[in-house]
Amino acid sequence: MMCPSVRRFLGRNGMLALGLGIVIFMSLAALGAPWLAPYPPDAEHLDHVLQAPSAEFLLGTDRLGRDILSRLLYGGRVSLWVGFVAGGISLSIGTTLGLISGYFRHWVDELVMRLVDIMLCFPSFFLILAVIAFLEPSLTNIMIVIGLTSWMGVCRLVRAETLSLREREFVAAARLAGTSTPRILFWHILPNALAPVLITATLGIAGAILVESSLSFLGLGVQPPMPSWGNMLMEGKATIETAPWLSVYPGLAILITVLGYNLVGESLRDLLDPRLSA
Amino acid sequence: MDGPLSPALTPADLPGTPLFAALLRLGRKLFWMLLVLWGITLISFWVIHLAPGSPTDMETTLNPVAGAAARQQLEALYGLDKPLHVQYFDWLTRLLHGDFGNSMSADARPVLDKIFERLPLTVSMNAISLVLTLLIAIPVGILSACRRNSLLDRSVTVLVFLGFAMPSFWLALLLMLWFGIDLQWLPISGLTSMDYPRLSPWGKFCDLARHLVLPITVYTVGSLAGMSRYMRACMLEVLRQDYILTARAKGLSPRQVILRHALRNALLPVITLLGLSVPGLIGGSVIIESIFALPGLGQLFYSAVMARDYTMIMGNLVLGAVLTLAGNLLADLCYGFADPRIRSSGDRQ
Repeated sequence: MMCPSVRRFLGRNGMLALGLGIVIFMSLAALGAPWLAPYPPDAEHLDHVLQAPSAEFLLGTDRLGRDILSRLLYGGRVSLWVGFVAGGISLSIGTTLGLISGYFRHWVDELVMRLVDIMLCFPSFFLILAVIAFLEPSLTNIMIVIGLTSWMGVCRLVRAETLSLREREFVAAARLAGTSTPRILFWHILPNALAPVLITATLGIAGAILVESSLSFLGLGVQPPMPSWGNMLMEGKATIETAPWLSVYPGLAILITVLGYNLVGESLRDLLDPRLSA
Repeated sequence: MDGPLSPALTPADLPGTPLFAALLRLGRKLFWMLLVLWGITLISFWVIHLAPGSPTDMETTLNPVAGAAARQQLEALYGLDKPLHVQYFDWLTRLLHGDFGNSMSADARPVLDKIFERLPLTVSMNAISLVLTLLIAIPVGILSACRRNSLLDRSVTVLVFLGFAMPSFWLALLLMLWFGIDLQWLPISGLTSMDYPRLSPWGKFCDLARHLVLPITVYTVGSLAGMSRYMRACMLEVLRQDYILTARAKGLSPRQVILRHALRNALLPVITLLGLSVPGLIGGSVIIESIFALPGLGQLFYSAVMARDYTMIMGNLVLGAVLTLAGNLLADLCYGFADPRIRSSGDRQ
């Protein structure tokens, strides 16, 4: 399936291969949840409440007799979805503002960079908590708020790239040819700055998954009965003394997923920045 | 300025002196910080007040006994019936006088009082974990940079990646499970035991310490990964410089090269990272304090958010921003202190 050169490349980059493996495995598990899950996520087996992992319930059951494995699989869809959409929102805001800031410079740049400074000084988890608690803690709101409070890194990165790219000849040529400014920004400059941006986005997905699970753990994220890894942990906390498996597996799922995205992002960054691996 | 007619120092010459330049830089920085602070109050005030729901909900809509009249009275009491920009300027004016207002919850105590009784716990937990983090991360970072790709470096890298991905609340649950429940070594929640008032001073101290071991461990693990990774990266960067080669070439021992020449330069970026990590620490306190049931700032904020206590939330956000800015300023000053190049160039940021 894989051509030999790709296999050789991955063989030399163990971290990247491991990360990609985790990411692909987790995505497939989440996508295939309806077929892979042994039970529906909200099916209550009231005669099998709080059961330890067994052959019948591979990872045990919770206090309503729901199968943990099935809920983990469905919860994975929520976590990954939040990660992707929130990451996408922060990527689009950061990219747009970064391009504008770096391309127009002067007072526009000053304005955007000061906004970035302000946002970086926010105790952002406080702000996220406040906003989510006020709005309904729905999936959409969570994704929007996480996206709105995490675009600053991408913005700085894109701005720095744009500052140097805008002086290049192909940009001058595009300008001379009468290309419209948005087209220059998104068609000519952005593709050349894409690699570092996508790497940051990978790390952003991991960050968003962590924030979502923290919110859900505090009861302000994804609301039951919809399963998410964070709210499964919250529910498990109450019975941690008698049924620790409720708390162990969802956390493990978060750990592995975030690890996967971080491994991909970090090893790609090392590859792009040969100074570090010289 | 250095004309032959004015050999003595006159006020007109002042702008040339290094002290004046430093003060000017500090002044400019303080002015800029005030501007950022103002921006933060502006954004958070509008976001919080425009969001649906109000502090009067708890006492009126959700309370079947209270009617519309009671709600209006409460709103008039809190000033919520005025237009939003008037409310903002009222609030800002009071803030400039050092008055954060009264909490909009039932006890109606001054916000500042409530914050200050919670602050010591959160700040001291963070401070202790910061010291622990630095004590561990700096040597670990140096060692893995100097022994690059050794077994030590590789295992540290694995641990760092696990640390990055570890949700703090999960780690807290696991630690509670192992050390609190299975081994029965440490208490798993609260700040003091039931018999605390009857203990001797030393016993009180030990009791407090035992309760804080797990939370501080969670704090420390959370920042350890980032810090040691960053230290390693900075050290690698410095070790490639020409002056390190020079130091080696003139026959200094590896120990001297690392500790005298490389370390000081590698520590500079770490100082900046410390300043930048304050918002994360403040945010993390919400989760850690709620898991371990510790009466700190994070828990205060969480309950304020749940009750839509506007003045309390704003007080916390402003305080968080002030702490962050103070951290950044401190980092800047330390940076200037450690690196003469920054001092002389007088450059912004």
